[in-house]
Amino acid sequence: MQRRLHPEQPDGFEFSPSNLAWAKSQIAKYPAGRQASAIIPLLWRAQEQEGWLTRAAIERVSSMLGMSPMRGLEVATFYFMFRLSPPGSVAHVQVCGTTTCMICGAEDLVEVCRRRIAPAPHQVSEDGKFSWEEVECLGACANAPMAQIGKDYYEDLTPEIFEGILDRFAAGEVPRPGPQNGRYASEPKSGLTSLESLDGEAPAASPSVALALEMGDTVALVGNAEGRG
Amino acid sequence: MLADQDRIFTNLYGMADCGLAGARARGHWDGTAGIIAKGREWIVAQIKESGLRGRGGAGFPTGLKWSFMPRASDGRPHYLVVNADESEPGTCKDREIMRHEPHALIEGCLVASFAMGANACYIYIRGEYVRERELLQAAIDEAYEAGLIGSNAANSGWDFDLYLHHGAGAYICGEETALLESLEGKKGMPRMKPPFPAGAGLYGCPTTVNNVESIAVAPTILRRGASWFAGFGRPNNQGTKVFAISGHVNNPCVVEESMSIPMRELIDRHCGGVRGGWDNLKAVIPGGASVPCLPKALCDEAVMDFDWLSQHKSGLGTAAVIVMDRSTDVVKAIWRLSKFYKHESCGQCTPCREGTGWMMRVMERLVEGNAHPGEIDMLFDISKQVEGHTICALGDAAAWPIQGLIRHFREELEDRISARRRPESALAAE
Repeated sequence: MQRRLHPEQPDGFEFSPSNLAWAKSQIAKYPAGRQASAIIPLLWRAQEQEGWLTRAAIERVSSMLGMSPMRGLEVATFYFMFRLSPPGSVAHVQVCGTTTCMICGAEDLVEVCRRRIAPAPHQVSEDGKFSWEEVECLGACANAPMAQIGKDYYEDLTPEIFEGILDRFAAGEVPRPGPQNGRYASEPKSGLTSLESLDGEAPAASPSVALALEMGDTVALVGNAEGRG
Repeated sequence: MLADQDRIFTNLYGMADCGLAGARARGHWDGTAGIIAKGREWIVAQIKESGLRGRGGAGFPTGLKWSFMPRASDGRPHYLVVNADESEPGTCKDREIMRHEPHALIEGCLVASFAMGANACYIYIRGEYVRERELLQAAIDEAYEAGLIGSNAANSGWDFDLYLHHGAGAYICGEETALLESLEGKKGMPRMKPPFPAGAGLYGCPTTVNNVESIAVAPTILRRGASWFAGFGRPNNQGTKVFAISGHVNNPCVVEESMSIPMRELIDRHCGGVRGGWDNLKAVIPGGASVPCLPKALCDEAVMDFDWLSQHKSGLGTAAVIVMDRSTDVVKAIWRLSKFYKHESCGQCTPCREGTGWMMRVMERLVEGNAHPGEIDMLFDISKQVEGHTICALGDAAAWPIQGLIRHFREELEDRISARRRPESALAAE
């Protein structure tokens, strides 16, 4: 699949001071002379800072790592999570469309995206707030169908619930991620069939949902936030 | 059914404390230094004896894989790389381990690294798992602070560093040599073998790549004994296994069960049965997208282990069970997998790069019945020309679901073609 850089590009790119410090801490994870290993995490952080991956960012990261710009471009165009065009200002919605999600109703979710956001993937909605794409298996199949919005998974969706989530994003809120049908994580929804002693012990939110609620950064850009991970 | 006290992942749903204190209360990190004191040979022998076969899909014996690492370093460092690039459609088991049982994985990394003479380990997690990455990193930080990893890890005398690395959305990076390329900062294109990673892997150094679940079960096996683990499942298929059941069941879920559990028992006991009842079942893909589907007749007696499923021309793969009821358009379901493989082919080998697109386009027409009956055999033939003719197994994985479809649902393909080829007037006259 051909992936090309966006025709309109900003002039330059610099990491914010906190992101630059974070980038250096990542490079230190790899042996001396092997700093190229850090390219995916650094490109990803550049994308998190800007919302998409620009030519200037690819070139800046490549030079930081002592790589030729061509090697950086290869990586940026090979991996599908690198967004080469500007997304909607509020959120880029990624609906999983692979078999399990498809047989559980993902096509209806894609239809919602076409109708509510834009007819074509990667096209920004008229109000500039949203863009969408159908992605390949996101690895949450026991909670199908699902979509990733920003950092978080919204699972066990129906078209109605999905539209409600988009409404709330449009209103400036960040809806609670995770399963949307009352489940806690990936346990059977009618009740536990193993590990029953934990029934009733669980805190109000599963670890990933709790982390999302605590950070509140589901769709936030990582402009100057403290580096994590 | 597996009893709770025999489950390794007793916090699979994250309902108890996922932090270090909770993990310790559940038995993780208990006597780790003692295990390491027994030495490399003992650990590898125990893992061999336990019958553990790799949980990432191929089912290669884990202990044997560990034994391929050089006994002594020739000056190059050794590495353990954990494959957490869980992307096989249907598979969502390692995610639960990483976000809810991270300490099982971290302890496993230490023990396995020691057993292979590695002082450093990289976990390569798929990029989309952002919260999982953050939770796992928090657990790694916690383990460092508690002295469980780092220099003199867990007071074992072994120095051990653990790094979390992430990808950016490429299924192919779940292939071990593509993963190593990606970890080195390149496009994820598989390498020719030999040399095998145990000889020249990450940065040209001896490396072993293992799946998350294979590593995370190791400490418990070593604590409870190889014979305990080997006591579950049929010979050559021993142990407990995390299954992920998705699709048309009443309660899709992830659950740890005994190997060799009958498919029907797995679905009935944990998933509340097939939607609309067992007789409403059409087909099951028992091990993730790469393995051929089984029609209901075979599902009736299917046993969920490596040998039974491979004897019936399918596979256990990652134990990701995708259930399809009779309302499913099974041709379209398999077409969607063809589309997946076309999307994910790295483009390095011609049979795969061209073949996946070709097979997807023919499948697209077969969904509509817009084909000549002879094209079914042609598709089968072409899939055989892709299979086995590429550097990595992605070509095989793209071919197998289609072969399974033709093997078990040829009639349905033919019916669609003849329905479409029959003139409209003839239909009206009937």
